[in-house]
Amino acid sequence: MDLRRSMLFIPGNNPGMLQNGGVFGADSVILDLEDAVAPMEKDAARFLVAQALRTVDYGASETVVRINPLDTFAAVDIKAIVPCCPDAILVPKVESAADIHQVAAMIAAAEKTDQTPVKIIALLETPCGIVEAYHIAKADPRVVALALGAEDYTAGLGAMRTKEGTEIFTARTIVINAAAAANVQSIDTPYTDANDEEGLLADTQLAKRLGFKGKLSINPRQIDVIHTVFNPSLNDIDWAQQVIHAIRKAEAEGSGVASLNGKMVDLPIVNRAERILHLAELLGLMGGEK
Amino acid sequence: MASIAKTAQAGTLESSDVMITVAPGTQGSGIVIELESIVLAQYGEEIKIILEKTVKDQGITDIYIKAVDRGALDCTIYARTLAALSRAGAVLKEEII
Repeated sequence: MDLRRSMLFIPGNNPGMLQNGGVFGADSVILDLEDAVAPMEKDAARFLVAQALRTVDYGASETVVRINPLDTFAAVDIKAIVPCCPDAILVPKVESAADIHQVAAMIAAAEKTDQTPVKIIALLETPCGIVEAYHIAKADPRVVALALGAEDYTAGLGAMRTKEGTEIFTARTIVINAAAAANVQSIDTPYTDANDEEGLLADTQLAKRLGFKGKLSINPRQIDVIHTVFNPSLNDIDWAQQVIHAIRKAEAEGSGVASLNGKMVDLPIVNRAERILHLAELLGLMGGEK
Repeated sequence: MASIAKTAQAGTLESSDVMITVAPGTQGSGIVIELESIVLAQYGEEIKIILEKTVKDQGITDIYIKAVDRGALDCTIYARTLAALSRAGAVLKEEII
């Protein structure tokens, strides 16, 4: 399981930010060739991001490049960026499985023979993209996650974007459900007010409750809050360990049924406990280390 | 191509960046570099070597380059130079476009 609790956007034409992108501890850094780059600077940003991928150490962070949309510079971006071995490409404004087929074919053509296959993360930010979410997620084995881009989406709806996010509730649940059905991750839209830490906390907690596995981020200051929310709590870990202990004990006693504190422990509960323990292990949270 | 078609520029004057201006040189003028840098004393020669190698690798022999450096890393100097050359009409040998 790849950890994508936080995915931090870094402007692709800003050398200072590109060279420091690895120090913030985000699970993924997204080197952005799209919205963060002025139209006249697309070419320069492409050179810069290509060189950053080749030379900058992003530490444990996954390297993702957000390319431009398919109807603009996507083909040129992919040809330039893929041979520089990013871990994944974030494709904006995906609206159909056909879009993913097209991107996957371009990636395959650009990949060097010995390189690790480049993954695809689909950014759904139009009403059409939301409608097609499941088919997009299943379109190609390279797709590892669906991400929601709520700013463009609400513009497409003709709705006002609010901090409460009522207007994106349906899109959020559709993305989460489609991703789960396709066995890929779901990543929530960024919280765009970088100065509102309480708002970020509430929004991230909602995202986690709904089932998102991570959140896009537009400012390094947001990463700690996002990680705190998506990390399993010590209570979660303790509960999960008790569940696993209870089921193992029941199995040893020849019983298929276990209970914990008077509640039945069945397969979905065990699966949830295993996911928590797996995440805790990845994060070094087992045994009260942190 | 021994030189480039026109004058062009890439980069900014922000910290960690470098602004590169390239202009066609007359035949036989060679690679002429004018460098301003906040780290001229420490890294001036290294920066000039990167600039010279980058244009030579693209087969360009006659060119004027002005670089105003704000503490850019080697990879940034390289990327900005390629961008300036590309904008100046050079057909780059690199895969990147």
